[in-house]
Amino acid sequence: MVAQNVVFGILAAVMILAAWRVVTTQNVVRAVLYLVVVLAGAGAQYLLLAQEFIFVVQVIVYIGAIVVLFLFGTMLTRAPIGRDVNLDNDQRWLAALTSLFLLGVLIAVLTNAFNDTHVKPTIQRTSDVANSMFGPYLIPFEVVSVLLLAALVGAIAIARRD
Amino acid sequence: MLLNQFLFLAAVLFCIGVYGVLARRNAVLVLASIELMLNAVNINLVAFGAYRHNIAGQVFALFVITIAAAEVGVGLAIVVLIFRNRASIALDEADLMKG
Repeated sequence: MVAQNVVFGILAAVMILAAWRVVTTQNVVRAVLYLVVVLAGAGAQYLLLAQEFIFVVQVIVYIGAIVVLFLFGTMLTRAPIGRDVNLDNDQRWLAALTSLFLLGVLIAVLTNAFNDTHVKPTIQRTSDVANSMFGPYLIPFEVVSVLLLAALVGAIAIARRD
Repeated sequence: MLLNQFLFLAAVLFCIGVYGVLARRNAVLVLASIELMLNAVNINLVAFGAYRHNIAGQVFALFVITIAAAEVGVGLAIVVLIFRNRASIALDEADLMKG
């Protein structure tokens, strides 16, 4: 349990630092690459909670596909490679105030609700996920696949040059 | 492990994402901040799934990942279209519908 807490602390520190760099760095490509660090850290947290399948999906879909999409978006919009001082707008302090207020509210509520609640993860096998997804959650699964198809067709229709 | 340590991490990530959405000017970076927020939600779902010894947390996190993929696809298509029409993806310059 101590080792798990140490690993959690290291991962959480790295994730928060990288997330902070995602929203503050003045370089678009670096921001996307810092996002990779956050996503990989989240995957490691899933592994720490003994949920293996979601870790694999996180690596394949997020780090493999979504980050590549972001890099393509960066390239297609001809973002300046290198420093760009105009990546932030002028409501930075208001935004910081809003998010700090939200953080305060969330931490107060969570402390109130889940103080001293312990997690004892048991390994959740991939076969359990499959049985659940193709059993009770079959209809949401089919709906999500139709939604994904619609989103892909929509993306092609929007971005097509005609 | 405490449940709250995962929930606090997710709360911090979510608030950093909120800051990014509000303070960034570049549309691609706003989408990246939205990804941060979706990831925070996923950490919450998985943590509650582990706490309740229930597979539903993992299944719903998978659904959220799918929705995130769809959202990024459509969002980046819109960003590319804005860039093609206005030669800039600064969000404060996309003010065509401003009254």
